[in-house]
Amino acid sequence: MSMLNKLMLSAAALGASSAAFAGNGAVADEFKWMTFTVFGVIIAITMAITFWAARTTHTTSEFYAAGRSVSGIQNGWAIAGDYLSAASFLGIAGLISLYGYDGFMYSVGWLVAYITVLLVIAEPCRNIGKYTMGDILAFRNDPKKTKTVAALSTITVSTFYLTAQMVGGGVLIKTLIGIDYEISVIGVGILMLAYVVFGGMKATTWVQITKAVLLVTASIILVIMVWAPYGFSLPGYLQAVVGDADVQKQVAKLLGDKAATMTPEELGQRFLEPGLFLKNPIDQISLGLALVLGTAGMPHILMRFFTVPTAQAARTSVIWAMGIIGGFYVLTLFLGTGAAMLVGPDKIAAVDAGGNMAGPLLAQFLGGGENSLLGNFMLAFVAAVAFATIVAVVAGLVLAAASAMAHDIYVGVIRGDHATPKEQVVAARVASVIVGVIAITVGILAKGQNVAHLVALAFAVAASSNLPAVFLTLYWKKCNTTGIILGMIVGTVTAIGLVMISPNMTYPKAVIASANKVLSGEPAVPAKEAAPAVERSSFMCELFAMEGCVLAKPAQAAAAEKPAKPGAAEKLAGLNARLPTLETDLAKAATPELKATVEADLAKVKKDIAAVEKAKAKAEGDLAKFEGQTTSIMGLEKPFFLLKNPGLISIPLGFLLVIFGSLFTRDKRAEEMWDELYVRQNTGINAEAASAH
Amino acid sequence: MSSSNFNWAVIDADPKFQALHRKKTFFLWGLMVFSIIYYFLLPIGAAYYQELFKTKVWGVVNFGLLFALSEFVVAWVIAFVYSKKANAQFDAMAQEIINDVNSGRI
Repeated sequence: MSMLNKLMLSAAALGASSAAFAGNGAVADEFKWMTFTVFGVIIAITMAITFWAARTTHTTSEFYAAGRSVSGIQNGWAIAGDYLSAASFLGIAGLISLYGYDGFMYSVGWLVAYITVLLVIAEPCRNIGKYTMGDILAFRNDPKKTKTVAALSTITVSTFYLTAQMVGGGVLIKTLIGIDYEISVIGVGILMLAYVVFGGMKATTWVQITKAVLLVTASIILVIMVWAPYGFSLPGYLQAVVGDADVQKQVAKLLGDKAATMTPEELGQRFLEPGLFLKNPIDQISLGLALVLGTAGMPHILMRFFTVPTAQAARTSVIWAMGIIGGFYVLTLFLGTGAAMLVGPDKIAAVDAGGNMAGPLLAQFLGGGENSLLGNFMLAFVAAVAFATIVAVVAGLVLAAASAMAHDIYVGVIRGDHATPKEQVVAARVASVIVGVIAITVGILAKGQNVAHLVALAFAVAASSNLPAVFLTLYWKKCNTTGIILGMIVGTVTAIGLVMISPNMTYPKAVIASANKVLSGEPAVPAKEAAPAVERSSFMCELFAMEGCVLAKPAQAAAAEKPAKPGAAEKLAGLNARLPTLETDLAKAATPELKATVEADLAKVKKDIAAVEKAKAKAEGDLAKFEGQTTSIMGLEKPFFLLKNPGLISIPLGFLLVIFGSLFTRDKRAEEMWDELYVRQNTGINAEAASAH
Repeated sequence: MSSSNFNWAVIDADPKFQALHRKKTFFLWGLMVFSIIYYFLLPIGAAYYQELFKTKVWGVVNFGLLFALSEFVVAWVIAFVYSKKANAQFDAMAQEIINDVNSGRI
């Protein structure tokens, strides 16, 4: 009974707070009630799920692994729900809406990653594992040592990913419906804690399934609405996209000077060609490696394979997950290009510079636009799906971190595997609360911080530390404790270290320079003569900013002189000076047509003024924030490591060190246990069974 | 981890298990290597073979777009091929070994 009360209380607190703190957002005030109604319905459904799940969540197997009673298909949906974070759901559609082809290309790696999961990780993990990655590593190695490093790595990866999700979620909810950032973070945290603490893995699984179904349904409806007018013809639809004036304008903006010689048709076509967003192929390969190998080392994804009864069900679940995740990314091609064509990249970027609002704004447009009831209902629905997405992903991550803390560290290391079943469940719940509170606190502290690098970092650490250890212990007889500890520590430290000196961090000098450009304008650039292509001095120079490095540059055509650009104050003065003239014109306008033209001009000038003022305020804010600073938190003026993703270096290093560490020491027990591990992972003999109910 | 009931070394050395091990290793590594190569063709092609990627093949649809879409199809085909093979062959082979173990033959 008290549990029910607590659930009700947290739900009520969230409802009350959201009503009280509603400010500005993409949803207009008069339609907010709809958003809150849809939010309320989703919260009510998930709370009912939690209440139902809580009745059968008593043992550790039930808490961590839903009693191993989740079917393959259910688990497939849950994996999709766990994996399709707001970043991939809103972010990729946004990238496509702003940059076309490159956004779509970016989405491919997220699916291909599951081939690794399917072929080498899912089934062996199900056959060998119990609740955590630490269990797999401890199978034939020193349990205390490997569980400790496995837990540390799990908590590191989960915390990075969790912080990115909390901050991203807080910003997202604020942009969508204007709820204060802190309130959003606390709300998400409390809801997620309710699912995890009371309902354990069973509630988390069903919240993820619910969210995945909502997400896929919403996307299919939107895509049908976007694509149907073209009779579901791919060339016909894309012809309309490349012929759209907004799309052509966006490409021209991205290409700058190069666009001058291109026809509108060429500009539109360029939207479907690579190179508008991803410029550095080596960086992409590095990111690709981190995705393809990192997903299989993500603790919250690994954990999902302990919830199914057999290895066959684990296999089925990856197949379903690949179908759902891949299908979803194909849909985002239409969501992204549709938003670019119908809403317009300008308008999307005005609400959120990263393009995150492309999907929600497309929904609003398709429903009838800003002032229509249906349009706002659809926006509300998509906003609520985004909210469910954040909560579901965060719940999975908290459960993974909590299991590492309670099962690996407390039960395995501190209590030496001698804790009573009851004690274990209590430890699991306490750990969930601790992780949840940390997530909320870090989320609030990280407000306004640059967290984009944290997702890259989470995947890089998973790929450089977790995957080499898990993979080699499963497939290489000589792999042992020393190798695992060495590889995991060096993999993690290298990945984190490289990101800390990479372009992902904030470099005050660059921020101050660009803020000054906004405020005081740019001087004229003299005409340039054509320059031949420059070869890079060495491959290492692509990776590190070393002395004497010459970076590769393509041949450049001669460029005409560029005029000086005015600063913000000058721009504002110019725009404001136009206002009185336009207003007198408006008063004097004789015909309704003329009046309408002048009104449109006036509206445009006012919009421009607002945009310049916004940019000016941001530049001034940046100047104040970084005043007197010249270096990043690592003491660098500019990045030393030039890739955004460290995978290219840290992943091979992680593998190599597991191998070296294992070869330099001999562990007889690890080798003796090899037969058992290998037979068990391939046959499922002695695997953890499903619980009775 | 009660491992005393089974003699793992004997099971491991059994010809049936060795046959499963060989088949699986060959098949899984083949698929894995193929999928990784096929995936990295995309960023490499997009960066170094732009003319090819820009070639229009179906109305405004260019080679690059079709290639990106093919990545999805190839991933699904790999998943399908693997699950067919595993369901039809690996599972049956593993079941035979389990039966032998349970009946005391191994």
